[in-house]
Amino acid sequence: MLTYRRLVSKWWWVRKRTYFVFVMRELSSIFIAWLVVYLLVLVSALSRGEAAYETFQDFAEHPVVIVFNAVALAFVVLHTITWFALTPKAMDIQLRGRPVPDSVVLASQYVGLAVVSAIIFWLVTR
Amino acid sequence: MADSTGSIGLRVSRYRPGVDDGPQWQEYDVPLRKEWTVLDALNHVKNGEDPTLSFRWSCRMGICGSCGMNVDGEPRLTCGAFLGDYAPGPIRVEPLSNFPVIRDLVIDMTDFMEKLPRVKPWIIRDEEMSIDEGEYLQTPEELDAYKQFSMCINCMLCYAACPIYGLDPDFVGPAAIALAERYDLDSRDQGARERLDVLIEHEGVWGCTFVGECTRVCPKHVDPAGAIQRYKLKAAKESVMAFLLPRGSR
Amino acid sequence: MTRRRLEPLVWLTFSGGGVIAAVFLPILAFLFVLAFPLGWLSWPDHESLRALVGNPLTALVLLGLFVPMLVHSAHRFRYTLYDGLQLKARTAIAVLCYGGALAGSVAAAIVLAGAL
Repeated sequence: MLTYRRLVSKWWWVRKRTYFVFVMRELSSIFIAWLVVYLLVLVSALSRGEAAYETFQDFAEHPVVIVFNAVALAFVVLHTITWFALTPKAMDIQLRGRPVPDSVVLASQYVGLAVVSAIIFWLVTR
Repeated sequence: MADSTGSIGLRVSRYRPGVDDGPQWQEYDVPLRKEWTVLDALNHVKNGEDPTLSFRWSCRMGICGSCGMNVDGEPRLTCGAFLGDYAPGPIRVEPLSNFPVIRDLVIDMTDFMEKLPRVKPWIIRDEEMSIDEGEYLQTPEELDAYKQFSMCINCMLCYAACPIYGLDPDFVGPAAIALAERYDLDSRDQGARERLDVLIEHEGVWGCTFVGECTRVCPKHVDPAGAIQRYKLKAAKESVMAFLLPRGSR
Repeated sequence: MTRRRLEPLVWLTFSGGGVIAAVFLPILAFLFVLAFPLGWLSWPDHESLRALVGNPLTALVLLGLFVPMLVHSAHRFRYTLYDGLQLKARTAIAVLCYGGALAGSVAAAIVLAGAL
Protein backbone atom coordinates (compact mmCIF):
# COMPACT_ATOMS: atom_id res chain seq x y z
CA MET A 1 0.00 0.00 0.00
CA LEU A 2 1.30 3.45 -0.83
CA THR A 3 -0.46 5.08 2.14
CA TYR A 4 1.50 7.77 3.91
CA ARG A 5 1.93 7.43 7.67
CA ARG A 6 2.35 10.75 9.43
CA LEU A 7 4.58 10.39 12.47
CA VAL A 8 3.65 11.95 15.82
CA SER A 9 6.25 14.49 16.89
CA LYS A 10 7.83 14.20 20.34
CA TRP A 11 6.50 17.71 20.90
CA TRP A 12 2.89 16.84 20.13
CA TRP A 13 1.84 18.19 23.51
CA VAL A 14 3.29 21.65 22.96
CA ARG A 15 1.32 22.30 19.79
CA LYS A 16 -2.14 22.63 21.30
CA ARG A 17 -3.19 24.39 24.52
CA THR A 18 -5.49 21.56 25.66
CA TYR A 19 -2.73 18.99 25.17
CA PHE A 20 -0.29 21.21 27.09
CA VAL A 21 -2.61 21.59 30.09
CA PHE A 22 -3.16 17.82 30.02
CA VAL A 23 0.58 17.09 30.20
CA MET A 24 1.03 19.68 32.98
CA ARG A 25 -1.76 17.94 34.84
CA GLU A 26 0.00 14.61 34.42
CA LEU A 27 3.33 16.06 35.58
CA SER A 28 1.65 17.15 38.82
CA SER A 29 2.16 13.52 39.83
CA ILE A 30 5.89 14.18 40.34
CA PHE A 31 5.18 17.09 42.68
CA ILE A 32 2.57 15.13 44.62
CA ALA A 33 5.12 12.38 45.21
CA TRP A 34 7.70 15.00 46.24
CA LEU A 35 5.31 16.57 48.77
CA VAL A 36 4.56 13.16 50.31
CA VAL A 37 8.31 12.64 50.73
CA TYR A 38 8.67 16.18 52.13
CA LEU A 39 5.95 15.53 54.72
CA LEU A 40 7.56 12.22 55.66
CA VAL A 41 10.89 14.00 56.19
CA LEU A 42 9.00 16.40 58.49
CA VAL A 43 7.50 13.51 60.47
CA SER A 44 10.92 11.92 60.76
CA ALA A 45 12.40 15.20 62.01
CA LEU A 46 9.65 15.47 64.62
CA SER A 47 10.46 11.99 65.91
CA ARG A 48 14.15 12.75 66.22
CA GLY A 49 13.67 15.70 68.53
CA GLU A 50 13.53 19.47 68.74
CA ALA A 51 16.93 20.07 67.11
CA ALA A 52 16.00 17.94 64.09
CA TYR A 53 12.70 19.82 63.83
CA GLU A 54 14.54 23.15 63.78
CA THR A 55 16.93 21.86 61.10
CA PHE A 56 13.89 20.91 59.02
CA GLN A 57 12.46 24.41 59.48
CA ASP A 58 15.73 25.93 58.25
CA PHE A 59 15.58 23.61 55.24
CA ALA A 60 11.98 24.57 54.54
CA GLU A 61 12.79 28.27 54.80
CA HIS A 62 15.68 28.14 52.32
CA PRO A 63 14.73 30.33 49.33
CA VAL A 64 15.41 27.65 46.72
CA VAL A 65 13.26 25.17 48.65
CA ILE A 66 10.46 27.71 49.03
CA VAL A 67 10.47 28.48 45.30
CA PHE A 68 10.49 24.80 44.35
CA ASN A 69 7.76 24.02 46.87
CA ALA A 70 5.67 26.96 45.66
CA VAL A 71 5.83 25.46 42.18
CA ALA A 72 4.85 22.10 43.70
CA LEU A 73 1.88 23.74 45.41
CA ALA A 74 0.84 25.33 42.11
CA PHE A 75 0.83 21.87 40.52
CA VAL A 76 -1.22 20.48 43.43
CA VAL A 77 -3.77 23.23 42.87
CA LEU A 78 -3.83 22.34 39.15
CA HIS A 79 -4.40 18.71 40.11
CA THR A 80 -7.27 19.61 42.45
CA ILE A 81 -9.01 21.88 39.94
CA THR A 82 -8.71 19.44 37.04
CA TRP A 83 -9.62 16.42 39.17
CA PHE A 84 -12.77 18.08 40.55
CA ALA A 85 -13.75 19.17 37.04
CA LEU A 86 -13.43 15.66 35.64
CA THR A 87 -15.21 13.74 38.42
CA PRO A 88 -18.77 14.66 37.36
CA LYS A 89 -18.00 13.52 33.82
CA ALA A 90 -16.52 10.21 34.93
CA MET A 91 -19.30 9.10 37.21
CA ASP A 92 -22.96 8.53 36.61
CA ILE A 93 -24.40 9.53 39.96
CA GLN A 94 -28.10 9.13 40.45
CA LEU A 95 -30.16 10.32 43.38
CA ARG A 96 -33.60 8.73 43.56
CA GLY A 97 -33.55 7.82 39.87
CA ARG A 98 -32.55 11.29 38.66
CA PRO A 99 -29.02 12.13 37.53
CA VAL A 100 -27.26 14.60 39.82
CA PRO A 101 -26.29 17.76 37.85
CA ASP A 102 -22.57 18.30 37.20
CA SER A 103 -22.60 21.63 39.04
CA VAL A 104 -23.82 19.93 42.23
CA VAL A 105 -21.08 17.31 42.09
CA LEU A 106 -18.50 20.02 41.42
CA ALA A 107 -19.70 22.22 44.27
CA SER A 108 -19.88 19.40 46.80
CA GLN A 109 -16.25 18.51 46.12
CA TYR A 110 -15.17 22.07 46.90
CA VAL A 111 -17.28 21.99 50.04
CA GLY A 112 -15.47 18.79 51.02
CA LEU A 113 -12.14 20.49 50.31
CA ALA A 114 -13.11 23.44 52.52
CA VAL A 115 -14.25 21.23 55.39
CA VAL A 116 -11.13 19.03 55.31
CA SER A 117 -8.87 22.07 55.05
CA ALA A 118 -10.57 23.72 58.02
CA ILE A 119 -10.22 20.59 60.15
CA ILE A 120 -6.55 20.10 59.32
CA PHE A 121 -5.83 23.81 59.82
CA TRP A 122 -7.38 23.65 63.26
CA LEU A 123 -5.59 20.42 64.20
CA VAL A 124 -2.18 21.74 63.21
CA THR A 125 -2.37 25.31 64.48
CA ARG A 126 -4.22 24.87 67.80
CA MET B 1 -26.38 36.56 -5.41
CA ALA B 2 -24.31 39.49 -4.26
CA ASP B 3 -23.65 38.29 -0.72
CA SER B 4 -20.05 37.25 -1.28
CA THR B 5 -17.61 39.54 0.46
CA GLY B 6 -14.33 38.77 -1.20
CA SER B 7 -12.46 35.50 -1.11
CA ILE B 8 -10.61 33.35 1.35
CA GLY B 9 -7.57 31.15 0.86
CA LEU B 10 -7.46 27.41 1.41
CA ARG B 11 -4.17 25.69 2.08
CA VAL B 12 -4.93 22.06 1.26
CA SER B 13 -2.73 19.05 1.87
CA ARG B 14 -2.21 17.05 -1.34
CA TYR B 15 -0.69 13.62 -1.63
CA ARG B 16 -0.49 11.49 -4.74
CA PRO B 17 0.58 7.94 -3.86
CA GLY B 18 3.46 6.71 -5.98
CA VAL B 19 4.16 10.22 -7.26
CA ASP B 20 4.78 12.35 -4.14
CA ASP B 21 7.22 11.42 -1.39
CA GLY B 22 4.92 12.99 1.14
CA PRO B 23 2.09 15.50 1.57
CA GLN B 24 2.48 18.90 -0.11
CA TRP B 25 0.50 22.09 0.26
CA GLN B 26 -1.60 23.51 -2.52
CA GLU B 27 -3.26 26.90 -2.29
CA TYR B 28 -6.68 27.78 -3.64
CA ASP B 29 -8.86 30.89 -3.42
CA VAL B 30 -12.58 30.41 -2.91
CA PRO B 31 -15.42 32.95 -2.61
CA LEU B 32 -16.08 33.90 0.99
CA ARG B 33 -19.81 33.20 0.98
CA LYS B 34 -21.62 33.67 4.27
CA GLU B 35 -23.37 30.29 4.24
CA TRP B 36 -20.50 28.24 2.81
CA THR B 37 -18.67 25.57 4.76
CA VAL B 38 -15.19 24.19 4.15
CA LEU B 39 -16.88 21.29 2.37
CA ASP B 40 -18.64 23.72 0.00
CA ALA B 41 -15.29 25.36 -0.65
CA LEU B 42 -13.64 22.01 -1.44
CA ASN B 43 -16.48 21.10 -3.80
CA HIS B 44 -16.16 24.52 -5.45
CA VAL B 45 -12.49 23.76 -6.10
CA LYS B 46 -13.18 20.26 -7.36
CA ASN B 47 -16.04 21.34 -9.64
CA GLY B 48 -14.01 24.10 -11.23
CA GLU B 49 -10.36 24.72 -10.73
CA ASP B 50 -9.01 21.30 -9.77
CA PRO B 51 -10.99 18.09 -10.41
CA THR B 52 -8.10 16.00 -9.09
CA LEU B 53 -8.70 17.04 -5.46
CA SER B 54 -9.92 13.97 -3.54
CA PHE B 55 -11.97 13.96 -0.34
CA ARG B 56 -14.87 12.09 1.24
CA TRP B 57 -18.31 13.59 1.84
CA SER B 58 -21.97 12.62 1.61
CA CYS B 59 -24.90 14.08 3.52
CA ARG B 60 -23.61 17.68 3.94
CA MET B 61 -25.55 17.92 7.21
CA GLY B 62 -23.47 16.35 9.95
CA ILE B 63 -25.12 12.95 10.20
CA CYS B 64 -23.18 10.62 7.91
CA GLY B 65 -19.76 11.16 9.44
CA SER B 66 -17.88 11.02 6.10
CA CYS B 67 -16.34 14.47 5.81
CA GLY B 68 -14.03 14.52 8.84
CA MET B 69 -10.78 16.43 8.24
CA ASN B 70 -8.32 18.57 10.20
CA VAL B 71 -9.30 22.22 9.73
CA ASP B 72 -6.62 24.56 11.15
CA GLY B 73 -5.34 21.61 13.15
CA GLU B 74 -8.72 20.72 14.69
CA PRO B 75 -10.64 17.57 13.71
CA ARG B 76 -13.90 18.89 12.27
CA LEU B 77 -16.77 17.75 10.08
CA THR B 78 -16.09 20.05 7.13
CA CYS B 79 -19.82 20.29 6.40
CA GLY B 80 -20.18 22.11 9.72
CA ALA B 81 -17.10 24.35 9.54
CA PHE B 82 -18.22 27.72 8.19
CA LEU B 83 -15.73 29.73 6.11
CA GLY B 84 -16.76 32.95 7.86
CA ASP B 85 -15.54 31.58 11.19
CA TYR B 86 -12.03 31.22 9.79
CA ALA B 87 -11.78 34.61 8.04
CA PRO B 88 -9.42 36.12 7.03
CA GLY B 89 -7.75 32.73 6.55
CA PRO B 90 -5.99 31.03 4.85
CA ILE B 91 -7.64 27.88 6.16
CA ARG B 92 -5.41 24.85 6.60
CA VAL B 93 -7.19 21.67 5.47
CA GLU B 94 -5.46 18.36 6.16
CA PRO B 95 -6.48 14.73 6.33
CA LEU B 96 -7.80 13.53 9.69
CA SER B 97 -4.87 13.02 12.13
CA ASN B 98 -3.66 9.66 13.34
CA PHE B 99 -4.77 7.81 10.21
CA PRO B 100 -2.63 6.85 7.20
CA VAL B 101 -3.29 8.96 4.12
CA ILE B 102 -4.47 7.16 0.99
CA ARG B 103 -4.62 10.23 -1.22
CA ASP B 104 -5.06 13.99 -0.66
CA LEU B 105 -7.63 14.27 2.15
CA VAL B 106 -8.74 10.63 2.10
CA ILE B 107 -7.58 8.49 5.02
CA ASP B 108 -7.38 4.76 5.58
CA MET B 109 -9.93 3.75 8.20
CA THR B 110 -9.20 0.03 8.16
CA ASP B 111 -7.93 0.14 11.74
CA PHE B 112 -11.20 1.56 13.04
CA MET B 113 -13.24 -0.89 10.95
CA GLU B 114 -11.25 -3.72 12.50
CA LYS B 115 -11.59 -2.45 16.08
CA LEU B 116 -15.30 -1.68 16.07
CA PRO B 117 -16.61 -5.26 15.67
CA ARG B 118 -14.19 -6.38 18.41
CA VAL B 119 -16.40 -4.75 21.03
CA LYS B 120 -19.49 -6.48 19.60
CA PRO B 121 -21.64 -3.38 19.08
CA TRP B 122 -24.94 -5.23 18.73
CA ILE B 123 -27.60 -6.65 21.05
CA ILE B 124 -26.35 -9.88 22.57
CA ARG B 125 -28.91 -12.16 24.18
CA ASP B 126 -28.37 -15.31 26.21
CA GLU B 127 -31.45 -16.59 24.45
CA GLU B 128 -33.16 -14.89 21.55
CA MET B 129 -36.89 -14.45 21.90
CA SER B 130 -38.86 -15.79 18.95
CA ILE B 131 -40.81 -13.34 16.79
CA ASP B 132 -44.08 -14.76 18.14
CA GLU B 133 -43.18 -13.67 21.66
CA GLY B 134 -43.31 -10.06 20.49
CA GLU B 135 -40.94 -7.10 20.72
CA TYR B 136 -38.38 -6.34 23.41
CA LEU B 137 -40.12 -3.60 25.38
CA GLN B 138 -38.21 -0.60 26.66
CA THR B 139 -39.37 2.32 28.79
CA PRO B 140 -38.33 5.91 28.00
CA GLU B 141 -36.09 5.84 31.10
CA GLU B 142 -34.35 2.72 29.81
CA LEU B 143 -33.81 4.46 26.49
CA ASP B 144 -32.37 7.54 28.18
CA ALA B 145 -29.80 5.37 29.95
CA TYR B 146 -27.91 4.75 26.69
CA LYS B 147 -29.32 7.23 24.21
CA GLN B 148 -26.45 9.70 24.36
CA PHE B 149 -23.91 7.00 23.43
CA SER B 150 -26.09 5.81 20.54
CA MET B 151 -25.68 9.16 18.78
CA CYS B 152 -22.21 8.21 17.49
CA ILE B 153 -21.95 8.58 13.71
CA ASN B 154 -18.56 6.85 13.45
CA CYS B 155 -16.94 10.01 12.08
CA MET B 156 -13.65 9.20 13.87
CA LEU B 157 -12.95 12.81 14.90
CA CYS B 158 -12.37 11.41 18.40
CA TYR B 159 -9.61 9.12 17.11
CA ALA B 160 -8.01 12.09 15.38
CA ALA B 161 -8.13 14.11 18.59
CA CYS B 162 -6.89 11.36 20.90
CA PRO B 163 -3.13 11.67 21.52
CA ILE B 164 -3.06 8.15 22.95
CA TYR B 165 -4.40 6.69 19.72
CA GLY B 166 -1.79 8.68 17.84
CA LEU B 167 1.00 7.28 20.01
CA ASP B 168 -0.28 3.73 20.52
CA PRO B 169 -2.13 2.34 17.47
CA ASP B 170 -3.18 -0.70 19.52
CA PHE B 171 -5.53 1.43 21.61
CA VAL B 172 -9.12 0.45 20.88
CA GLY B 173 -10.15 4.09 20.91
CA PRO B 174 -12.95 6.36 22.11
CA ALA B 175 -15.80 5.58 19.70
CA ALA B 176 -15.45 1.80 20.04
CA ILE B 177 -15.55 2.00 23.84
CA ALA B 178 -18.45 4.47 23.81
CA LEU B 179 -20.38 2.08 21.57
CA ALA B 180 -19.57 -0.84 23.86
CA GLU B 181 -21.00 1.20 26.73
CA ARG B 182 -24.06 2.04 24.60
CA TYR B 183 -24.87 -1.65 24.31
CA ASP B 184 -23.95 -2.50 27.89
CA LEU B 185 -26.45 0.09 29.08
CA ASP B 186 -29.19 -1.08 26.72
CA SER B 187 -31.80 -2.95 28.77
CA ARG B 188 -32.30 -5.44 25.95
CA ASP B 189 -28.63 -6.46 25.97
CA GLN B 190 -27.04 -9.27 27.96
CA GLY B 191 -23.53 -9.16 26.50
CA ALA B 192 -21.69 -6.97 29.02
CA ARG B 193 -19.44 -9.84 30.11
CA GLU B 194 -18.23 -10.50 26.56
CA ARG B 195 -17.40 -6.85 25.95
CA LEU B 196 -15.64 -6.57 29.29
CA ASP B 197 -13.36 -9.47 28.36
CA VAL B 198 -12.25 -7.49 25.32
CA LEU B 199 -11.95 -4.06 26.96
CA ILE B 200 -10.30 -5.13 30.20
CA GLU B 201 -7.13 -5.80 28.22
CA HIS B 202 -4.39 -3.20 28.22
CA GLU B 203 -5.26 -1.87 24.77
CA GLY B 204 -8.88 -1.61 25.90
CA VAL B 205 -9.87 1.04 28.42
CA TRP B 206 -6.63 1.19 30.39
CA GLY B 207 -4.64 3.00 27.72
CA CYS B 208 -6.93 5.99 28.17
CA THR B 209 -5.56 8.71 30.44
CA PHE B 210 -8.69 10.89 30.28
CA VAL B 211 -7.23 13.64 28.16
CA GLY B 212 -10.81 14.50 27.24
CA GLU B 213 -10.08 15.72 23.71
CA CYS B 214 -12.37 13.12 22.21
CA THR B 215 -15.38 14.56 24.02
CA ARG B 216 -14.37 18.10 23.09
CA VAL B 217 -14.33 17.41 19.33
CA CYS B 218 -17.33 15.06 19.13
CA PRO B 219 -19.92 16.69 16.83
CA LYS B 220 -22.79 14.65 18.31
CA HIS B 221 -22.03 15.23 22.00
CA VAL B 222 -21.58 11.55 22.70
CA ASP B 223 -18.99 12.16 25.45
CA PRO B 224 -16.78 9.13 24.80
CA ALA B 225 -14.38 10.21 27.59
CA GLY B 226 -17.18 9.90 30.12
CA ALA B 227 -18.15 6.51 28.69
CA ILE B 228 -14.57 5.27 29.04
CA GLN B 229 -14.22 6.40 32.65
CA ARG B 230 -17.54 4.77 33.55
CA TYR B 231 -16.32 1.64 31.84
CA LYS B 232 -13.11 1.69 33.90
CA LEU B 233 -15.16 1.94 37.07
CA LYS B 234 -17.30 -0.97 35.91
CA ALA B 235 -14.22 -3.07 35.16
CA ALA B 236 -12.72 -2.18 38.54
CA LYS B 237 -15.91 -3.20 40.35
CA GLU B 238 -15.88 -6.50 38.47
CA SER B 239 -12.29 -7.12 39.51
CA VAL B 240 -13.05 -6.37 43.15
CA MET B 241 -16.03 -8.74 43.06
CA ALA B 242 -13.84 -11.37 41.42
CA PHE B 243 -11.44 -11.16 44.34
CA LEU B 244 -14.08 -11.10 47.02
CA LEU B 245 -16.57 -13.67 45.82
CA PRO B 246 -15.70 -17.30 45.22
CA ARG B 247 -15.82 -18.21 41.57
CA GLY B 248 -18.86 -20.44 41.85
CA SER B 249 -21.30 -17.82 43.00
CA ARG B 250 -20.63 -15.33 40.15
CA MET C 1 -5.41 -14.02 34.25
CA THR C 2 -3.73 -12.33 37.23
CA ARG C 3 -2.11 -9.71 35.01
CA ARG C 4 -5.48 -8.64 33.66
CA ARG C 5 -7.14 -8.37 37.04
CA LEU C 6 -4.36 -6.26 38.55
CA GLU C 7 -4.70 -3.18 36.33
CA PRO C 8 -8.31 -2.37 37.38
CA LEU C 9 -7.34 -2.51 41.06
CA VAL C 10 -4.27 -0.33 40.49
CA TRP C 11 -6.54 2.12 38.68
CA LEU C 12 -8.92 2.11 41.65
CA THR C 13 -6.06 2.95 44.01
CA PHE C 14 -4.89 5.60 41.55
CA SER C 15 -8.36 7.13 41.64
CA GLY C 16 -8.50 7.02 45.44
CA GLY C 17 -5.07 8.60 45.61
CA GLY C 18 -6.21 11.30 43.22
CA VAL C 19 -9.17 12.20 45.40
CA ILE C 20 -6.96 12.22 48.50
CA ALA C 21 -4.32 14.38 46.85
CA ALA C 22 -7.00 16.79 45.61
CA VAL C 23 -8.68 17.14 48.99
CA PHE C 24 -5.93 16.74 51.62
CA LEU C 25 -2.77 17.93 49.93
CA PRO C 26 -3.62 21.60 49.23
CA ILE C 27 -3.96 22.55 52.89
CA LEU C 28 -1.03 20.40 54.05
CA ALA C 29 1.19 21.81 51.32
CA PHE C 30 -0.01 25.38 51.92
CA LEU C 31 0.77 25.18 55.63
CA PHE C 32 4.11 23.39 55.49
CA VAL C 33 5.66 24.85 52.32
CA LEU C 34 4.35 28.42 52.38
CA ALA C 35 2.53 29.58 55.51
CA PHE C 36 5.03 28.37 58.12
CA PRO C 37 8.30 28.81 56.17
CA LEU C 38 7.33 32.33 55.02
CA GLY C 39 6.26 33.29 58.52
CA TRP C 40 2.63 34.00 57.70
CA LEU C 41 1.87 31.69 60.61
CA SER C 42 4.35 30.59 63.24
CA TRP C 43 5.60 27.02 63.16
CA PRO C 44 3.71 24.80 65.62
CA ASP C 45 5.85 24.04 68.63
CA HIS C 46 7.65 20.74 68.61
CA GLU C 47 5.71 19.07 71.41
CA SER C 48 2.19 19.65 70.11
CA LEU C 49 3.01 18.71 66.51
CA ARG C 50 4.91 15.65 67.71
CA ALA C 51 1.95 14.67 69.88
CA LEU C 52 -0.45 15.11 66.95
CA VAL C 53 1.62 12.97 64.62
CA GLY C 54 2.48 10.47 67.33
CA ASN C 55 -1.16 9.70 67.98
CA PRO C 56 -1.73 6.17 66.59
CA LEU C 57 -4.95 7.25 64.90
CA THR C 58 -3.24 10.15 63.13
CA ALA C 59 -0.36 7.94 62.08
CA LEU C 60 -2.78 5.42 60.64
CA VAL C 61 -4.73 8.13 58.80
CA LEU C 62 -1.52 9.61 57.41
CA LEU C 63 -0.44 6.19 56.17
CA GLY C 64 -3.86 5.80 54.56
CA LEU C 65 -3.33 9.13 52.82
CA PHE C 66 0.31 8.77 51.79
CA VAL C 67 0.22 5.28 50.27
CA PRO C 68 -2.64 5.90 47.79
CA MET C 69 -1.02 9.22 46.83
CA LEU C 70 2.24 7.44 46.06
CA VAL C 71 0.41 4.84 43.96
CA HIS C 72 -1.47 7.66 42.22
CA SER C 73 1.80 9.41 41.35
CA ALA C 74 3.47 6.22 40.18
CA HIS C 75 0.52 5.26 37.96
CA ARG C 76 0.21 8.68 36.40
CA PHE C 77 3.94 9.09 35.89
CA ARG C 78 4.13 5.66 34.28
CA TYR C 79 1.63 6.73 31.62
CA THR C 80 3.33 10.10 31.22
CA LEU C 81 6.53 8.26 30.32
CA TYR C 82 4.64 6.08 27.84
CA ASP C 83 2.87 8.99 26.14
CA GLY C 84 5.05 12.02 26.69
CA LEU C 85 8.44 10.56 26.06
CA GLN C 86 7.15 7.67 23.98
CA LEU C 87 9.50 5.27 25.73
CA LYS C 88 9.12 1.69 24.67
CA ALA C 89 10.47 -0.22 27.67
CA ARG C 90 6.97 -0.66 29.09
CA THR C 91 7.56 -3.39 31.63
CA ALA C 92 10.72 -1.74 32.95
CA ILE C 93 8.88 1.57 33.39
CA ALA C 94 5.98 -0.10 35.20
CA VAL C 95 8.33 -1.93 37.55
CA LEU C 96 10.30 1.26 38.23
CA CYS C 97 7.21 3.36 38.95
CA TYR C 98 5.29 0.93 41.14
CA GLY C 99 8.55 -0.20 42.75
CA GLY C 100 9.14 3.41 43.71
CA ALA C 101 5.64 3.65 45.16
CA LEU C 102 6.23 0.44 47.11
CA ALA C 103 9.56 1.70 48.45
CA GLY C 104 7.92 4.99 49.41
CA SER C 105 5.07 3.19 51.14
CA VAL C 106 7.45 1.04 53.17
CA ALA C 107 9.43 4.16 54.11
CA ALA C 108 6.20 5.89 55.11
CA ALA C 109 5.19 3.01 57.34
CA ILE C 110 8.62 3.00 59.02
CA VAL C 111 8.72 6.77 59.53
CA LEU C 112 5.16 6.93 60.87
CA ALA C 113 5.74 3.96 63.17
CA GLY C 114 8.87 5.69 64.42
CA ALA C 115 6.81 8.71 65.42
CA LEU C 116 4.54 6.73 67.73
